[in-house]
Amino acid sequence: MLVNQIAVFLENRTGRLLSLSKALSDSGIDLVSLNIADTSDFGIVRMITSDNEKAAKALKEAGFVVKQTELVSIEVDDTPGGLTKVLEALGDSDIDIEYLYSYAKSNSSKASILFKTSDIEKANKILKNKKLI
Amino acid sequence: MFNEKIEKMTRSELDNLQSVRLVDVVKRVYENVKYYRDKMDAIKLKPSDIKSIDDISKLPFTTKQDLRDNYPFGTFAVPHKEIVRVHASSGTTGKQTVVGYTQRDLDDWSECAARALSIAGCTDEDIVHVSFGYGLFTGGLGLHYGSEKLGAMTVPVSTGNTMRQITLLKDFGATTICCTPSYAIFIAEEIEKMGIPISEFKLKRGVFGAEPWSDSMKERIERMLNIKAYDIYGLSEISGPGVSICCGDSFGLHVMEDFFYPEIVDTETLKPLGDNEKGELCFTTLNKQGMPLIRYRTRDISALNHDVCPFCGRNLVRMKRVFGRSDDMLIIRGVNVFPSQIETVLLNIPEVIGSHYKIIVDRVGVLDTMEIQVEISEANVTDEIKSIEKIKSKVEHDMQSMLGIGSKITLLSPNSLPLSEGKTQRVEDRRKI
Repeated sequence: MLVNQIAVFLENRTGRLLSLSKALSDSGIDLVSLNIADTSDFGIVRMITSDNEKAAKALKEAGFVVKQTELVSIEVDDTPGGLTKVLEALGDSDIDIEYLYSYAKSNSSKASILFKTSDIEKANKILKNKKLI
Repeated sequence: MFNEKIEKMTRSELDNLQSVRLVDVVKRVYENVKYYRDKMDAIKLKPSDIKSIDDISKLPFTTKQDLRDNYPFGTFAVPHKEIVRVHASSGTTGKQTVVGYTQRDLDDWSECAARALSIAGCTDEDIVHVSFGYGLFTGGLGLHYGSEKLGAMTVPVSTGNTMRQITLLKDFGATTICCTPSYAIFIAEEIEKMGIPISEFKLKRGVFGAEPWSDSMKERIERMLNIKAYDIYGLSEISGPGVSICCGDSFGLHVMEDFFYPEIVDTETLKPLGDNEKGELCFTTLNKQGMPLIRYRTRDISALNHDVCPFCGRNLVRMKRVFGRSDDMLIIRGVNVFPSQIETVLLNIPEVIGSHYKIIVDRVGVLDTMEIQVEISEANVTDEIKSIEKIKSKVEHDMQSMLGIGSKITLLSPNSLPLSEGKTQRVEDRRKI
């Protein structure tokens, strides 16, 4: 299934992440997942929230530039080998992964894997064929 | 003295020599350079109106832009076959300022550089280690020919490879080193790190120039290398190093005024100012053939003093060590950088907002650093690191090709740089010079 993600470019400066977080909390938005890809100079914050449209609006109002992207999301068993199966299926079909992250839900035996790929359709089809989604 | 006749000339003898040479150079540029003829015709000034050095203020000024407009050879005053060398300024826009020299111009320049070295105490007994760059930049070749003319043993090391520089300084027993003041400190620090006692070197003096430096830097160099440091001044448009040199006097540098006539003018009104008054330094090349310049505005801020030098007794006018610039030019590791060049590069890269930038100059140890902060454009904000890195390397690459020196590029999110309502302060120079 597809999941909408919000990405924000942050320069490496004290207090930037705090103001981002504050913009979201002030609008009553809950973070489902948060992931930061960083280099020495800047970072890209990738988030999935309880309401991405509302979150994007709140961030824009706070002066952030927001980029929304579709990711492929798969739910797997939170047991050894859950991720490996997915990666094998994608690797066998030459699907490139730009980046990937995951989060485990509390009170659940399932974990979510989210990844970005240039060919979402193909990835979805393969995962369906393999009965992974 | 290297040239006692000139160096001991009285003020009235200097006035006479300068008057004769000014009348001649004005006549030559009027007859041979369209640019000057047009400029003088425009204010109805004829060469015959210039009768003595006192008439110099009637003449129009020349600027770096005028030289760029006439790039590359438009201000040459002799046929190309008489030009035997060209140099170009370190300021690297697409259009450099090009200077052409006849053989006599090179001889005069060597005379000035030789005289400068001699005023700093060098003789034909000395070994002169030249670590200025050899090439289009005038530093290396200028001091090289000066040192040879003086009869000193000349070591043309040029820049780079500090280990080899130190080995040669020690093994050859160089008594004089010529380089930028920051490179002198770098060499001194390397010697310290290598644990070689300074007593193993025979250095007596250093001739330093091509970038601004402070008294505290001077003291540090003198202490670390156990030498006396002399300030040398020059610019390629006028000829190169040797336009003026410090004799050890506290006011400033003696100008070779038989060749280069200095004036200080008010930066706003361009009216000539009197002795000890701070203003923009202008030069008229009195004897040059290849590319004579009339009242060339250097943009360097200085002051003049025509009194007899209390330190060495020479009459040659002294100029204050340059205080700063009347334009926004930055000198980064000896290279001239204009913020407008940086802006041009940024405006040509659609991935960034070229008008939203900031330049931060600093000095880490002895090395100048430059950081350019620029906002990434909204359309290019992305969720992927590699696309941002790609923009960053593009800016880095284009900047390096334009400026000729590396800089650190920092991308910022859109609308993060404050633009003030008045004039936005784009340059922050944190160097303590």
